[in-house]
Amino acid sequence: MTNTLTMDKPDVRNRLDAMAQGIIGAPLDRPEGPLKVVGTATYASEWQLPDMAYGVFARATVPAGKVASIDREAVLAMPGVLAIHDDPRMLVNPAQGGAGKKPLQDIREIHYFGQTVALVVAETFEQATAAAKALKVEYAAPDDASVFDPESSAATVEHGPDTQRVQTGDLDKAMADAAFSVDVTYTTAGHASAAMEPHASIASWQGDQLTLRGSLQMLNYNVAELADSLAVGQSQVRILSPYVGGGFGSKLGVGEDSVAAAIASRELGRPVRVDMSRQQVFETVMRRSETRQRLRLAARADGVLTGIGHECLVSNLPGEQYAEPVTQATEFLYGGENRMLSVDVARIVRLCAGSVRAPGEAVGMQALESAMDELAEKVGIDPVELRKRNIPAIDPSQGTPYSSNTLAKCLDAGAARFGWDQRQTQTCATREGEWWIGMGVASAARVHKLVEASARVTLASDGTVKVETDMTDIGTGTYAVLGQIAGEMLGTPIEKVSVCLGDSALPAGPGSGGSWGAASSGSAVFLACEQIRQALAKKFQGDEEALSLKDGIARLGEASAMVVDLVAGKPIVGEGTIKPGETSKATRQASYGAFFAEVAVNAYTGETRVRRMTGAFGIGRVLNEKTATSQCYGGMTWSIGSALTEELAFDLRDGHLVNHDLAEYHVPVNLDVPALEVVFVEERDPHASPIQAKGVGELGICGGAGAIANAIYNACGVRVRDFPMTLDKIIGGLPD
Amino acid sequence: MPALVINGTLRSFDCDERTSLLDLLRNHAGLTGTKKGCDHGQCGACTVIVEGRRINSCLSLAVMHDGDEVTTIEGLGTATDLSPLQRAFVSHDAYQCGYCTPGQICSATAMIEEARMGWPSAVTDDVETSPELSDNEIRERMSGNLCRCAAYPNIVAAIRETAA
Ligand code: FES
Ligand code: FES
Repeated sequence: MTNTLTMDKPDVRNRLDAMAQGIIGAPLDRPEGPLKVVGTATYASEWQLPDMAYGVFARATVPAGKVASIDREAVLAMPGVLAIHDDPRMLVNPAQGGAGKKPLQDIREIHYFGQTVALVVAETFEQATAAAKALKVEYAAPDDASVFDPESSAATVEHGPDTQRVQTGDLDKAMADAAFSVDVTYTTAGHASAAMEPHASIASWQGDQLTLRGSLQMLNYNVAELADSLAVGQSQVRILSPYVGGGFGSKLGVGEDSVAAAIASRELGRPVRVDMSRQQVFETVMRRSETRQRLRLAARADGVLTGIGHECLVSNLPGEQYAEPVTQATEFLYGGENRMLSVDVARIVRLCAGSVRAPGEAVGMQALESAMDELAEKVGIDPVELRKRNIPAIDPSQGTPYSSNTLAKCLDAGAARFGWDQRQTQTCATREGEWWIGMGVASAARVHKLVEASARVTLASDGTVKVETDMTDIGTGTYAVLGQIAGEMLGTPIEKVSVCLGDSALPAGPGSGGSWGAASSGSAVFLACEQIRQALAKKFQGDEEALSLKDGIARLGEASAMVVDLVAGKPIVGEGTIKPGETSKATRQASYGAFFAEVAVNAYTGETRVRRMTGAFGIGRVLNEKTATSQCYGGMTWSIGSALTEELAFDLRDGHLVNHDLAEYHVPVNLDVPALEVVFVEERDPHASPIQAKGVGELGICGGAGAIANAIYNACGVRVRDFPMTLDKIIGGLPD
Repeated sequence: MPALVINGTLRSFDCDERTSLLDLLRNHAGLTGTKKGCDHGQCGACTVIVEGRRINSCLSLAVMHDGDEVTTIEGLGTATDLSPLQRAFVSHDAYQCGYCTPGQICSATAMIEEARMGWPSAVTDDVETSPELSDNEIRERMSGNLCRCAAYPNIVAAIRETAA
C-alpha cells in the first residue's frame, strides 16, 4: 500500500525538523560528484553498444514549403551509408514540457528554416556527417507568403491563453488620476537554453521493446510522448537518463533525435545513436520568445500602486499553444486594484517557442522591475522602500492569501548584506577612472507548484537505504537532496544511502521542470520513509511520531534497538505518492527574493561589467545548502547573460537563426561573472509541501537583469528599455 | 592509422582520417569523459592535455597526433583516487550537471602549470613579472571553458585552493 498524501491542508507537523540525523539542509557534497569529475558519469550518447550505427540529420534550407524530392541514390552510394529516413512520424519540433503526447510530425512539410528533413544513417559518425551534408533536397514553394517578424503588420496576432488574462477595475482611469505614473514599453530578445550537452539519443530494440538512452528531463511524460509519436504502447518504451548535461527547459519534451533514432534502429535492427550538432540544437530545439511589454504603473503620492498594467506580445509558430507566460508573477507580486494583464501571440515562422529556464518570470520580471525603478525615481523614494510599500496582504488577482511571502525579508536581508545604504541616489555620482559605478535592486518572484510524484525507498537488511524514482538530476542536486531526505527520516548516515534516478521503469515523478522537482519528488521520498518508520515503530508496538532514528539506532520511549535487528533480514519497502490538492488553490504559492547589483559602465565605450551581485532568496526549507546555493549562482549568472549579452538574432527575410552556435550566442563566460553572494531567508511553508520546501532552480533568474538595468541607470543615467543592454544602446546616452 | 599514448598507454586505432581527436577518444578509445559541447572550438568541453598543453580536441584531427602523449580526464584520477583538483571540484560544488566538468578540470590542470611558468594573460598588468594567480587571473584563463550551469564562482574557488 502506497502512503499517499493529497495536499488538501497545510502540513504543520514539520516532521523533518523533528528528526535526529541532522543532515537535512546540510551542505553535503553531491554523491555522484566523483563520477562527474573523473568522467565516468555516463551521458546519453556515451553508452557503448555493440554494432551501433550513427545517424546525422540533414536540415531545411528554406523556411516553408514541402520536400519535393530527395536524391537518395547518390547518398546511399556513399561509403558506409545504411539508410535515409524521412518517416512521417519524425518530429518537426520537440514536445512542449509536460505534453505527454506527440508533437507536430511529418518533416516532409517545412515549418521553419533549419528544421530537420531527413536522418542519414551510416556505419560511422564521419560517414553519416559527410552523407548528411551531401544530401540534395529539392523543395516545392509554399502557397502563401510567410511572416518572419512579430512586429510586422502582416503577422496574425491571437490572444494567449485566457488563464493569463487579468482585467479588474479601470486602469486608464487609475493612470489619469495617479499622482505618479509610468507608461513604458520594454523589449527582451529571444533566448536559447544552450545546455552544454547537445541533445542525443541511442535507441535499441529487443523485439518489440524499445530502450532509449536520452538526454531528457521528464521521463514520465517522455515515455508517453515517445510511444505516441511512434504509435506503440507505453509499456514498450523504457527511457534511461541517469545523467543529463543540463536542460533548462530544452529537454522537457521528447525531441527529434529520440524519435528518429527509434525509427532508424527498428528498421536496421541495430542500435542507432543520433547526436544533434550544436547548430541543430540551436535551430530546432525551443527558443524563448522575444517579448514586447507595455508596463503601466499608477501610484499615489506615497508610491502605493493603484493600478498595474502589463500587456505583452510574444510569438510562436502557427498552431502552437505555448505562449511565454510573461505576466505570471505580475499577477500576485504587487498591489493595485486596477489591473490589466495580457499576453498576445504573433504567429510567425521561426523555430518553435517553448520553455527556457523560468518561462515567464525570467523576462517579465526584469521589465517589471525596471519599470518599478522608474516609478521609484518619480515618487522620490528609495526603490527598496517602494517595493515594500507595495507588498499586498493577499493575492490581488485571486483574492487568496499567500502561503507565505518573504519578499520584504529578502529585500531587507539582501540590502544589509550588499551594503545598499552606500548607494548614491543621484545618477552619475560615482566615477572610478573611466568607469561610472552604480547600484540597482530588483525583486525576485517565481510561482511554486507541487506536482504528483511517487518514490520507493527500501531499507535493506544490512541497514542501507535505497531511493528509487524516475526523477532526473539535470545538475539540480536531486541525487543529493533525495538521499538527504531519506537519510534524515530513517536515521541513516549519508554514506549508507543510495539514490537511483533517471530510469522510466522506476516509480514515476514529475521530472525536472518548473522548479518543482525537489519539493515534489522529495515529498514522495518523505512519504515512503514515513511508511518505513511506521513499520519500525510497530516493532516496538509504538507510535511513529515517537520513534527516533539516528545512526542506525532506533529509540522509542525507553526501548531501543539496532535498526538492522528490527529489519531482521526482511527488507522494508516504503512507497510514497504526493498529490497537489486544495492548498494550491486556497493559497498563492511562490518563492521570493531580491537582487542587488553593482555595475561599472565604461564612460567611453558604454561597456557594462557586473562588479558584484547579491541575491537573497526565500525558498521554503533549504534541502542542501551547497547545491541550493549553486542553483542560485546559476540563475544569477543567467540574469547577467540576459541583461548584457544573450540574444537570438533572426534574419527577417527568412526567419533563420543567424547566431546558431556558442561563438555567436553569448552565454556568460567565467570572467563575466564576479563574486556572487547568496543569502537564504529560511522559512517553513506548510502549504507548499510536507517537507516545507519550494522551488529554487529558476528563482535566481527572475528579475536579476532588472537589478543590472537599474544599476546601469544609477551609474550613468542611461535607461535602456531593450534587453540585452549591449554597449550600442548605452553609448549614445552617456554624459560628456 | 594513428597510434597515440593515451593516459600512458600506447594505443593504435583503425579509423577514418576525418576523425577528430575528440571523436577518437569518445567513439574509438571508449574514453567518454572528454565531452562534446560544440565540436567547433567554442566551449572547451573537449579540453585534453596533449604534450603538456591544453587543447580543444574537437579542433584537431586524430591523425595529426600520431605518437603524441594525450592525457584525458580519465588519466588524472579515478573515483576512488581523485586528483587534488578533482577533489576540490567535489568539495566546492564546482559543477552542476557535470558536462563541462572534465574540460574544466583538464583545462585548469594545464592552466595552473602555465601560470607557474610565468605565462601572462589578458588581465595581467605587468607581463614582465610572474603573475600571481588571482581570482581575476583564474577567471580570464578559464574563460575558454563555458559552464551553462554557471558554477563559475565555485570553479574559481576550487582552482584557487588547489593552486595555492
Ligand atoms: S567541443 Fe571542442 S570546444 Fe566545444
Ligand atoms: S556543470 Fe553543467 S555546464 Fe558546467
